Amino acid sequence: MKPIVKLLLEGGSLNTAQMAQVLKLSEAEVNRQLDELKKEGVLLGVRPVLNLSQEDSGLVRAVIEVRITPERGGGYNRLAERISRFDEVESCYLMSGGYDLLVFVNGASLQRVAAFVSEKLSTIEGVLSTATHFMLRSYKENSFLIEGKAAENERLKVSP
Amino acid sequence: MDSSRYIAKHVVNLPKSGIRDFFEIVSKMKDVISLGIGEPDFDTPWHIREAGIYALEKGKTHYTSNLGLVELRRAINKYVEKNYSVSYRPEDEVIITVGVSEALDLACRALINPGDKVMFHQPCYVSYHPSITLTHGIAVPVPTFAKDNFALTVEALRAAWQPGCKLLMLNLPCNPTGGTCDRAQVEAIAKFAVEKDLIVLSDEIYSELTFEGVHTSIASIPGMKERTIFLHGFSKAFAMTGWRIGYACGPAGLIEAMMKVHQYSMLCASIISQEAAIEALLRGEDAMKKMRDQYHRRRDFIVRRFNEIGLKCHLPRGSFYAFPDVSVTGLNEKDFAVSLLQAEKVAMVPGTAFGANGAGFCRACFATSYEQLIEASNRIERHVQSSAKK
Repeated sequence: MKPIVKLLLEGGSLNTAQMAQVLKLSEAEVNRQLDELKKEGVLLGVRPVLNLSQEDSGLVRAVIEVRITPERGGGYNRLAERISRFDEVESCYLMSGGYDLLVFVNGASLQRVAAFVSEKLSTIEGVLSTATHFMLRSYKENSFLIEGKAAENERLKVSP
Repeated sequence: MDSSRYIAKHVVNLPKSGIRDFFEIVSKMKDVISLGIGEPDFDTPWHIREAGIYALEKGKTHYTSNLGLVELRRAINKYVEKNYSVSYRPEDEVIITVGVSEALDLACRALINPGDKVMFHQPCYVSYHPSITLTHGIAVPVPTFAKDNFALTVEALRAAWQPGCKLLMLNLPCNPTGGTCDRAQVEAIAKFAVEKDLIVLSDEIYSELTFEGVHTSIASIPGMKERTIFLHGFSKAFAMTGWRIGYACGPAGLIEAMMKVHQYSMLCASIISQEAAIEALLRGEDAMKKMRDQYHRRRDFIVRRFNEIGLKCHLPRGSFYAFPDVSVTGLNEKDFAVSLLQAEKVAMVPGTAFGANGAGFCRACFATSYEQLIEASNRIERHVQSSAKK
């Protein structure tokens, strides 16, 4: 793993100037390497992880189990990519087991998400069935606990 | 009534820890970035904490045997055999203690007669000297030097040795220097111990946090198991400082002697901590390695920064401490630490807290986040530059 990727994974919220200091590179070089990672498709993007319940955003999230018909030549890929392109879809995974795709969806209201499932998703040729589960509460997001601990744990300031 | 006249003389004469003095100053200040901490910044990995909770739920609230849970002693045997190439019978060669500190204290109390001399290398962990004094032994410090990357050399041992020396305490890798010894050096120390008929108390609490090369336990050197008490614990590698759980392995006769003291003072270590320790040994390796890798990269960063700043710093091969030389500033280690704290609110521990020959050095713990290390290093740089202008 490249040093800059390791640092991205472990350094949390370092800005590029701080990353430059750790990696002993110029800030311009850090930016160049980040661009390169983006071009290579390794770094897809950087997003904040928010506690949306605090924001009272009204955002509704759902997980949908989708069964689809695989196709000769492409298997599940063409349909999975087609479904992934919808803005409502946050993540989409091919799964083993009782269904094929697990689709994470969000929308401004229950009705919007329901409309997406009934009008867009289920009507795609090759989609055999959907089972939609609405999320009630989040306890952990992208490895951050929602009821997180204080940033600095309670260590004595000086100890032997 | 003057209560102080009732205090035992050897306790009255015990010097106050230099760490405590410094703690008094730091604890009164706000927003300090502290590199003065002697423990991991990670909380104990969750699966280990969860094992402690489970133990409570299952009603594990009773005494254990004096030696500790046999399951834990078995797990220790396997772990030590695998990682240190020396095997101890769980039945009578392993004892579970309240942190490695208790194990060290037990060894001192079980082995030291009044007037026995005990060698230990300095700078060293703050409790070594007092542990010897409290058991009426005579402390024989052996200096380690920056030029050797604070490895303990046989030359220094030879120079310090005197008739009546009975024990040798080792702490490799070492708090506060991060210095350690390679296999050849450990073999040379072993040879010296045999020659002088010394029992070795080997505190290897930082051994998992060895970044370069392989850690060699002196207990694994042929002929040494019979004269070594291997001391270890869970605090550093598994981030379990608050659980207070450690152990000692050694010849059955010595462990039995330590057990006698242990049964009349401590009785046994906390059963909850013992249960959690089993989990740490059986399934904690991945989490431990992850933490070690992070310390490793942070070490590389902070040591490089100290050298860039002009505070000469050797690369500590183990532990999570850097030990930079601050004498270039023209200040002694105490004045440097205090002025740094006052001017820039960064805490480092003056090297003399770990023995007189820590003079000129400060200990910086790098078990803290990148953000803090970056900011601390920038503040230290500013302070060194402004001190130079004066």
